[in-house]
Amino acid sequence: MTPLIRAENLGKTFGASGGWFGGASDQVRAVDGVTFDVEAGETLALVGESGCGKSTLGRLLLRLIDPTDGTVRFEGQDVTRLSSAEMRLMRQRMQIIFQDPFGSLSPRRTIGQIIGEPLEIFGLARGRQARRDRVAQLLDQVGLPPAYMDRLPRQFSGGQRQRVGIARAIAVNPAFIVADEPVSALDVSIQAQIINLMQDLQRDAGFSYLFIAHDLAVVRHIADRVAVMYLGRIVEVGPKRLIYDAPQHPYTQALLSAAPEPEVDTISRRIILRGDVPSPSNIPPGCSFHTRCPIAQEICRQDRPPLAQVAPGQLAACHFARPNPIPVADAA
Amino acid sequence: MTQDLLRLSDVTVEFGPPKRPVRVVEGVSFSVGKGESVGLVGESGSGKSVTSLAIMRLIGGRVAKGRIEFEGRNLLDLPASAMPAIRGRDIAMIFQEPMSSLNPLMTVGDQVAEALLLHGWHDRTARRKRTVEMLDLVGIPNAEGRLGAYPHQFSGGMRQRVMIAMAVACEPKLLIADEPTTALDVTIQAQVLDLMKKVRRELGMAILLISHDLGVIADVCERVVVMYAGRVVEEADIRTILTRPQHPYTQGLLRSVPRRSHEAERLYQIPGSVPPAGSIRQGCPFRDRCELAVPRCAEEMPPMFRFGPSQSAACWVTAAAKGASQAGAAA
Repeated sequence: MTPLIRAENLGKTFGASGGWFGGASDQVRAVDGVTFDVEAGETLALVGESGCGKSTLGRLLLRLIDPTDGTVRFEGQDVTRLSSAEMRLMRQRMQIIFQDPFGSLSPRRTIGQIIGEPLEIFGLARGRQARRDRVAQLLDQVGLPPAYMDRLPRQFSGGQRQRVGIARAIAVNPAFIVADEPVSALDVSIQAQIINLMQDLQRDAGFSYLFIAHDLAVVRHIADRVAVMYLGRIVEVGPKRLIYDAPQHPYTQALLSAAPEPEVDTISRRIILRGDVPSPSNIPPGCSFHTRCPIAQEICRQDRPPLAQVAPGQLAACHFARPNPIPVADAA
Repeated sequence: MTQDLLRLSDVTVEFGPPKRPVRVVEGVSFSVGKGESVGLVGESGSGKSVTSLAIMRLIGGRVAKGRIEFEGRNLLDLPASAMPAIRGRDIAMIFQEPMSSLNPLMTVGDQVAEALLLHGWHDRTARRKRTVEMLDLVGIPNAEGRLGAYPHQFSGGMRQRVMIAMAVACEPKLLIADEPTTALDVTIQAQVLDLMKKVRRELGMAILLISHDLGVIADVCERVVVMYAGRVVEEADIRTILTRPQHPYTQGLLRSVPRRSHEAERLYQIPGSVPPAGSIRQGCPFRDRCELAVPRCAEEMPPMFRFGPSQSAACWVTAAAKGASQAGAAA
């Protein structure tokens, strides 16, 4: 069966080569040779620290930016080759939820206008009353009183704004939603509300999420599978259970142990990585993680390890990853 | 029991015109012992940052009521001119975004040295030596060689290390850290938290760590003060808070954090949202989101009740259920 989304060898380089400000060293390889699928109805979490290319990858899938190389297939169709008219139609199938949904919207438009805009563009509700009815229904779906449609964004709290952002994204009945750090700016007690809402809506409508996050804690409840990125590449991907209980890449292990949890006696398990993430304009040769890796050997400085299977559905890019001992039956 | 280094008693902070003040912090009391690490946890609008700024007397609002005693002296009674001598030498502070606290036009070495100069390190050679020692202590590689570097040449994690070096250069008795790792990546956050624990151990200072993240506080602190909508709602040692929280807000907060030990199908969620600052004029500020609320909660703000040797919480319902008696009297 064709996956909903298939990214193949996807890459993005930012910055001009040569020119005024010098040579190739000014180029930033934000995404490098990324291959993965998103199945219909699933949530794939994409996790990595700042500068790892996770947001760029999300935007490449939606073709909000064009890739330097590679392809993105949506239901088998290569979206990187669509004309702008074809792409426009495609946008109804794929939506995005931002960290701050109002960062890019006019503060003078009402919530009803903001949510109604995609309905108008795609001709999904004809006439003012039909549109208002549909907006009211959407507000209700995301847990806001329909009467709020005449209010302005500034009258809303952070959590309410994110509900509006979600309503706008689901208004066009998309098949795929990129959620770019949708709860990172929210208070802890509000994060849980939004995550639960996103899960409920997915269960009802059956769309897929690419849920982008900067740590593994927040996606624990919503992800079916998890992909971990480091310096533009996926270093590990697999079913949630295997990633949390038996991570094979040392970076995944460090990332998991680094997030402090409100638990007694978790501190002793912590792996503290040395140094900073290298600049994506100057990616180390070999395994790009070797400068911070606690188990790096000579081979890691020279050869880049491929993303290889360590268990059914779990792949890791590490010379020292071993077949995962956890049987899949238990892990599922 | 350690001796109190810092003690806040019934502190109320107001903003806005005196005739129609907005109370952002109300009746806050807690203390920090010598060498102790205390966490102040709360969500946005809880008043945790305003409280910390009030201690340093760095707020635009007014401390309308209460006492803030440092080593027995009420800081609110001191003339404003006496504060600079206390800031940095006795109490130092670091913030979330180190770049906005560092001078972009000054070298890192000069900035640490300036902190020393202001507090009596007049000998140039000694000052330089101390600067290198401090940068070395906070883990700046090749500290001597980096003295001439500017803040923009450092990563976020390294800048926060420089801030910590500046803050602790004069060996303050108390370090106030306001969300020091919130802007950092998780692997860098782990490094900085580890550094704060090391610096505290080596210099023997007390830490007041302000954070929205109970995980961060659990990592660094021995005791926790939980704030909600400008008030202290619970206080206990860290182990007790994590294992036997009493206030419904603390319980909800802990249950809504995704983590290993309760990977249930659905996350627990506290309904509703934090009330805007100053909007709750009477009663418990959490009552509208609380599953346990009774009519009394809307009428009277509950005082702190004692639930154990180190634990107290402000909840009528829990106190009645557990037979807890009012705290306060002994304090």
